[in-house]
Amino acid sequence: MSILVIAEHDNQSIKTATLNALGAAAQIGGDIAVLVAGSECAAAGQAAAAITGVSKVLVADSPLYGGQLAENVAALVVGLAAGHTHILAAATTNGKNVMPRIAALLDVAQISEIIAVKSPDTFVRPIYAGAALATVQSKDAIKVITVRTTGFDAVPFTGGSAAVESVAAGADAGLSTLVGREIVKSDRPELAAARIVISGGRGMGSSEKFKILEPVADKLGAALGASRAAVDAGFVSNDLQVGQTGKVVAPELYIAVGISGAIQHLAGMQDSRVIVAINKDEEAPIFQVADYGIVGDLFQIVPELEKELG
Amino acid sequence: MKVLVPVKRVVDYNVKVRVKADGTGVETANVKMSMNPFDEIALEEAVRLKEAGKATEIIAVSCGVQASQETLRTALAIGADRAVLVQTDAELQPLAVAKLLCAVAKKENPTIVLMGKQAIDDDCNQTGQMFAALMGWAQGTFASKVIVDGDKVSVTREIDGGLETVSLKLPAAITVDLRLNEPRYVTLPNIMKAKKKPLEVLAPDALGVDITPRIATLKVEEPPKRKAGVKVPDAKTLVEKLKNEAKVIQ
Repeated sequence: MSILVIAEHDNQSIKTATLNALGAAAQIGGDIAVLVAGSECAAAGQAAAAITGVSKVLVADSPLYGGQLAENVAALVVGLAAGHTHILAAATTNGKNVMPRIAALLDVAQISEIIAVKSPDTFVRPIYAGAALATVQSKDAIKVITVRTTGFDAVPFTGGSAAVESVAAGADAGLSTLVGREIVKSDRPELAAARIVISGGRGMGSSEKFKILEPVADKLGAALGASRAAVDAGFVSNDLQVGQTGKVVAPELYIAVGISGAIQHLAGMQDSRVIVAINKDEEAPIFQVADYGIVGDLFQIVPELEKELG
Repeated sequence: MKVLVPVKRVVDYNVKVRVKADGTGVETANVKMSMNPFDEIALEEAVRLKEAGKATEIIAVSCGVQASQETLRTALAIGADRAVLVQTDAELQPLAVAKLLCAVAKKENPTIVLMGKQAIDDDCNQTGQMFAALMGWAQGTFASKVIVDGDKVSVTREIDGGLETVSLKLPAAITVDLRLNEPRYVTLPNIMKAKKKPLEVLAPDALGVDITPRIATLKVEEPPKRKAGVKVPDAKTLVEKLKNEAKVIQ
């Protein structure tokens, strides 16, 4: 087996989602090469070489890959595909954007968002927003796979010493250009990678009142999240959304505040190790998945919680 | 400018799906079916492009069983001008659907193909990207804003951590995210009008597309259930439990 993992990076360092994808690759087994396609991305290439289990790093360094445009990255990967049995990427928005394009150009199916490896050609993936789990077997020569990061442990950032090879950039497809990005800046941990997440729902009432979660998040070193209802109501921006249509998280501790527990929200957090629910409605479905629940007024309980955390 | 909108018939999002006892799939008999909600948003965007004078014709296309005609009638009621059904009882996987859509697109020559970012049944999130690849077109996935400007389209995309705007050469494929728009309600007069709009039925064979599945589903099962835990009276007890029992905080 020879696996090519497409790295998610910022040209300087490798994002943790890639470590989870490498965790899945390790379970498949075989040689693992990592592709770092970027612009002035030598540092990211060096970082990839140090990751446990990586046997080779391919660096495609060109302004063409600075914006991670799917059209150009897919063409590059297709050119490197020969000899590989598997091509993997984390199921981030980037991975989800580029991988199906690669699969179609190779005339193979894609297996989306796997959460377990049964054998080198058989995988488990959630369907119907996690209401069912399908075990699927690929019949294609090259398996193109996206990996749900919460399904696999991250491999360590260090311990490896892979060779770094540079690969030639392809041609510019000339189809698309990146105009700009607006990335929300935050001092808190990244939602998808945080050890503790505290999320607010419709029960928070307003964007002003949503802020009462912030001091608790800061005391816990937690990331802030939200339900779709809270996002749709405009309390917080959509990048905080946890759920089937937002981010899927599986932290050590998930605290749901004023969240009723719609199926689409549960799909995004039910793999958390410990779940706490605070809700005034005793019948709220969130209590059916919560390890610890408090029934009551969140505007009274949240400040108490902050005080108790010292 | 023609806009092609692929729509999929799926189990309605309000239905709590049940896994079949024999583990071959989920129960779809006697279950309410609807248009994939993301496709509804794509269609709404197409209708708005037509209302704004940018699009001249909207063609809704679906691939699947005969009953998908109902989904297409809904699309016609929302504002599509005509519909195409590529009819088959065979299992269709995203690569096959992308190829069927290519065959339809080559007949229809649309400038924009707008579809949902994923279907809420198989949650694959592949068809739009695969279609764009096979056509050799630009792709704008997870769109929350679409602005057509001359021979280009500007697409604002929802990405991890924020937003990104790309400029795509037309023709292009765009897959839409939830916040692009709020689809309109279908009105009774429009449902009546939709019955008179043309709906063409094609066979995959006639389009020369091999739809053989590449992935075999070996088993479908329910996920392990979480058990409900305990109710605690106050924040003080909660913090104690989290420290001493669950040991998730210090």
